[in-house]
Amino acid sequence: MEFIRKFYYGDIPEDKSGAAATGKSSGHDWPLWEVFIRSKNGLEHKHAGSLHAADAQMAIENARDVYTRRMEGVSIWVVESRFITATNPEEAGELYEPAVDKIYRHPTFYNLPDEVNYM
Amino acid sequence: MSSIINYTLHLADNALILGQRNSEWCGHGPVLEQDIAITNISLDLIGQARSFYQYAAALIGDGATEDSLAYLRTEREFNNCLLVEQPNGDWAQTLLRQFFFSSYQFYLYRYLLNHPDTRIAAIAEKSLKEVSYHLRWSSEWVIRLGDGTDESHRRLKAALDELWSYTGELFLPAGYEKDLGIDVASLEVDWSKKVKDIFDEANLAVPGNVFMQTGGKSGMHSEHLGHLLTELQYMQRTFPGCEW
Repeated sequence: MEFIRKFYYGDIPEDKSGAAATGKSSGHDWPLWEVFIRSKNGLEHKHAGSLHAADAQMAIENARDVYTRRMEGVSIWVVESRFITATNPEEAGELYEPAVDKIYRHPTFYNLPDEVNYM
Repeated sequence: MSSIINYTLHLADNALILGQRNSEWCGHGPVLEQDIAITNISLDLIGQARSFYQYAAALIGDGATEDSLAYLRTEREFNNCLLVEQPNGDWAQTLLRQFFFSSYQFYLYRYLLNHPDTRIAAIAEKSLKEVSYHLRWSSEWVIRLGDGTDESHRRLKAALDELWSYTGELFLPAGYEKDLGIDVASLEVDWSKKVKDIFDEANLAVPGNVFMQTGGKSGMHSEHLGHLLTELQYMQRTFPGCEW
């Protein structure tokens, strides 16, 4: 029995991954890229979506055209999706469910002094 | 009409006609992302055209508007160069046309930053950022196709054979350019160097001396412009004054 199997983003079967598998349904064989956009200076880059491109430069430009046309960003990161290691949806139970009944991990049982605003 | 009006219309027509041509790709781009890229460029160009038409309309007065200038002039009244009205052909032809024109526009707008007419200089300054991106985008595509597969190289070479003879006109001053002292011939050195640099990377040879087509800038167009205007102006011709 296989206990540990390393999954990559594109490896997860299409019906389970929720994302299009690289180059199958898209009609061409350009790799898939993940796009991260920083909406303004000081904020972090957030995942905006994914797109196809032949190389990193094209991915940046496609991301610029697809995701920042309405002034959504000031900085773009792209990374080829195959370089992202992802969890397997089938392992969701053992990975995430053990945390469900451990509400004591949320720091909600402290009485905060009024002076500490917005914690 | 005065030279400044004719020249402003020339700048506007160049941008409008190429914007209209590129917009024909909308929904038909080779991939979704490039469909968006080429139509973004369309919108940039149509935006530039609007700025120039608004200025031209103000100069003309007499009830002229940006819309009347775009939608109600006839073929012979358009001052755009022949290059921008050429058909899209395949993707290689479209992006090579974009590369030739964007590199021309880049050096032209940079030159116009110092133009004594402050309105033209201001539009050039605003547009230069957009054009810099168009030039970068189209340059990379020329390299990608020229240095790509046998087929992409063959298509790009065919596009070059089709379009090269329309590039000479860009650097031959029309009457209104001479009147205003717009030295377009001086842009050719930088333009040629840019083309040579990109072609070197794309494994493409710059053609030698060939016969160059002229006439568009003074209203003598190829057969393609009439068809384009028929589509562009259809609504206003059929339903005069219609708005939506």
